[in-house]
Amino acid sequence: MSFLANLFNRKSSAPVARDRLQILLAHERANLGEGKSDLLVQLQKEIMEVISRHIAVDQDKVQVKLDRGSGCSMLEIDIEVPGIEQNGKEKKGDTHSV
Amino acid sequence: MAQVLVVTSGKGGVGKTTTTAALGAALAKTGKSVVVVDFDVGLRNLDLVMGAERRVVFDLVNVIQGDAKLNQAIIKDKRLDTLSLLPASQTRDKDALTEEGVAKVMAELKEKFDWVVCDSPAGIERGAQLAMAHADQAVIVTNPEVSSVRDSDRIIGMLDSTTEKAKAGEKMPKHLLLTRYDPARAARGEMLSVDDVLDILSIPLIGIIPESQDVLRSSNLGAPVTLAAPESAPARAYFEAVRRLTGEKVDVTVPTEKKGLFDWLFKRGAA
Repeated sequence: MSFLANLFNRKSSAPVARDRLQILLAHERANLGEGKSDLLVQLQKEIMEVISRHIAVDQDKVQVKLDRGSGCSMLEIDIEVPGIEQNGKEKKGDTHSV
Repeated sequence: MAQVLVVTSGKGGVGKTTTTAALGAALAKTGKSVVVVDFDVGLRNLDLVMGAERRVVFDLVNVIQGDAKLNQAIIKDKRLDTLSLLPASQTRDKDALTEEGVAKVMAELKEKFDWVVCDSPAGIERGAQLAMAHADQAVIVTNPEVSSVRDSDRIIGMLDSTTEKAKAGEKMPKHLLLTRYDPARAARGEMLSVDDVLDILSIPLIGIIPESQDVLRSSNLGAPVTLAAPESAPARAYFEAVRRLTGEKVDVTVPTEKKGLFDWLFKRGAA
């Protein structure tokens, strides 16, 4: 009877919930707790420091994207670099990914 | 003019986060721009219910403390481009949220969005007070159960005393949302009925969300029930509530499950 019920039922959702929690908790256990600092905030701060040493960057033009995965995570930082003087002409804003 | 809505209850586990996600998505489906804001600092969960937990980089506290810009902390929903999320922080620092910081963020959000929906933490302390402080109206989530009704009554008192609106001498519009309602048990006298709860709390009813498997299924999948199962009974109740929130006059009904032949034959098991 149970296989019949499964046959006619929508795909069960609990395995999805389980997978999502496992990925999330693996990251949280690694990053939360005593003496652990927020790696991402730290990373973004330091990257911005280095970049602003060379160019004036508007914080509003910086997009930080993240996708936490089970094997690896993707951190994507988009920085809109303001027009750079080139041969006396203004160059249009460029976007660089780090 | 942007509307700030707080979803609150006093008691935990009655469905504030589920409701914030469902109402937020239903409002966004009307074409208005909506941001749902998690005020539960230390124990964020709105990101998980919305299915955005893997994409959280910055949060409300980072914005308040100047570590990130608001734009960097806001996460756009992948399914609805009118829907966004501002996650809570997981810090254990109780004073991470400041009154001035919250006021500044709320003012900025009101410029960017048509609706700001605030998910309040349980309890009556700082977090809950900050979540409701800037609200234009409130949805009080209540289960037909004695402790939930009692806590809702206390929250109603707070809405009328501690909020900016109350301090300015204005009246805070309050709406009762009854969740996990089982019409059959209420009819048999085993559960407080809608009328019982309305009699006791005497605030207008904005919706009745029936107990349903679709709510758990949606949170398992990481989607508001109004997106994951828009035809389900709870989703239809949330859509109705949104119509009332936006000023339509709609009679409050208890939507029922539409059961198919197979459901009827094989009683739905795993949801």
